[in-house]
Amino acid sequence: MGYEALIDRLLKGDTRAAARLITIVENDIASAEEIINAIYKHTGKAYILGITGAPGSGKSTLISTLTTIFVKEGKKVGIICVDPTSPLTGGALLGDRIRMKKHFTTDNVFIRSMANRGQLGGLARATEDIIKILDVYGCDIVIIETVGVGQSEVDIFRSAQSVLVLLVPEMGDDIQAIKAGIMEITDIFIVNKMDLPGADRKVSEIMQMLELSINFKYDYENINQGNAKVRKWTPKIVKVNSKTGENFGNLLEIINEHRSYLEETGVIENYHLKRIRNETLQILKHKLTKKVEELLHSNSQIDEYIRLVMDKSMDPYSMANLIIQLLGIE
Amino acid sequence: MPENRKIKVLVCKPGLDGHDRGAKVIARALRDAGMEVIYTGIHQTPDDVVNTIIQEDPDAVMLSILSGAHNALCPIIMDKLKENGIDDVLVAVGGIIPDEDKPNLEAHGLKGFHGPGTELKEIVEFVKTNLKR
Repeated sequence: MGYEALIDRLLKGDTRAAARLITIVENDIASAEEIINAIYKHTGKAYILGITGAPGSGKSTLISTLTTIFVKEGKKVGIICVDPTSPLTGGALLGDRIRMKKHFTTDNVFIRSMANRGQLGGLARATEDIIKILDVYGCDIVIIETVGVGQSEVDIFRSAQSVLVLLVPEMGDDIQAIKAGIMEITDIFIVNKMDLPGADRKVSEIMQMLELSINFKYDYENINQGNAKVRKWTPKIVKVNSKTGENFGNLLEIINEHRSYLEETGVIENYHLKRIRNETLQILKHKLTKKVEELLHSNSQIDEYIRLVMDKSMDPYSMANLIIQLLGIE
Repeated sequence: MPENRKIKVLVCKPGLDGHDRGAKVIARALRDAGMEVIYTGIHQTPDDVVNTIIQEDPDAVMLSILSGAHNALCPIIMDKLKENGIDDVLVAVGGIIPDEDKPNLEAHGLKGFHGPGTELKEIVEFVKTNLKR
């Protein structure tokens, strides 16, 4: 219902318009649809960096230090920080921004905090939409900080072009390193807090893990490119100190290397295909879930089915199949 | 009301005052009341506060000041908000605010003035009932 004025201002790089549009897409999916529909053709310019890692591993501090470098290079940086919503009260304490104090008044830096609102996977439902708004706002780089993750919050690799995973010394042994999950989706491993003892051992644990997995990692890249073999990306490891900025030169070099790898090999196209497919799937899931919920609350026939299942004259799978028929999508 | 609307609040401490226990307790109370609370901590300049408000687009801002600098800092923040055309955000200040200072702060559009000993549920209620949008 009339977001044209805000969208016009967004296209001109107006900060308040960007902030207000983000609020709207976060709160109201119907409006999000309208807004994304209007701005989508302007997206695609920003490079998307995903930062993930355990709580307290230093994600926000790392982003702050990286941002200083990007801004020096003349880039406009958008940062999205996701923190968890309480499953008990629905409230959230968003405390990532506090680590980025030195950029509160930096020109060309836009920081936005958001709660995941119960979505599993490390991001929030609206994160994809907010990336697009920041892209159209004119950000050259959009950095996404996931919630502090455990082992299986891997949504970031469907949204980001480069996934950086932060690890810290003395946390977990080599068994943790070979488990499934975030260790498999990483493009660049960062051992943060390199001044602490155990940093080198952490690096060698990751190295060993990579040597074992090198042969099957990234094989999916071949799927959409016929039989043409593409050069595989070997995940890189770098140790840094986010507070002092030590080794950030190396880190930046590796980020650039990964970006050129994606672009030169054409793997970036696969990334886009994968991202669009996943995003569409998420939207469909959301819409269908809503439809099913509406149906479950409005159709009296379903109450009869439920009684049949209670009487054991039908099982839940059969009931689900009948409901799919009612939805008319089979 | 949109389907997922949550009250978003910024809690911060402008100025050189480092006594942040109260601000943290309030951040926590608002969180437990189901709000999304951004905490940016101590030593915030008026520009820090205003820029954060512009980017985060909160419904309410809770400034916590115990050092006596409220008369100097709050009007600057309100003026800068006005310059940026922001008039739909509830801005409250709490901490140690003497009664005689309140009229001037009120004239600048500030509300709240909750001091030590205020019940947390009173503050939660205050935020819920004074939102401007």
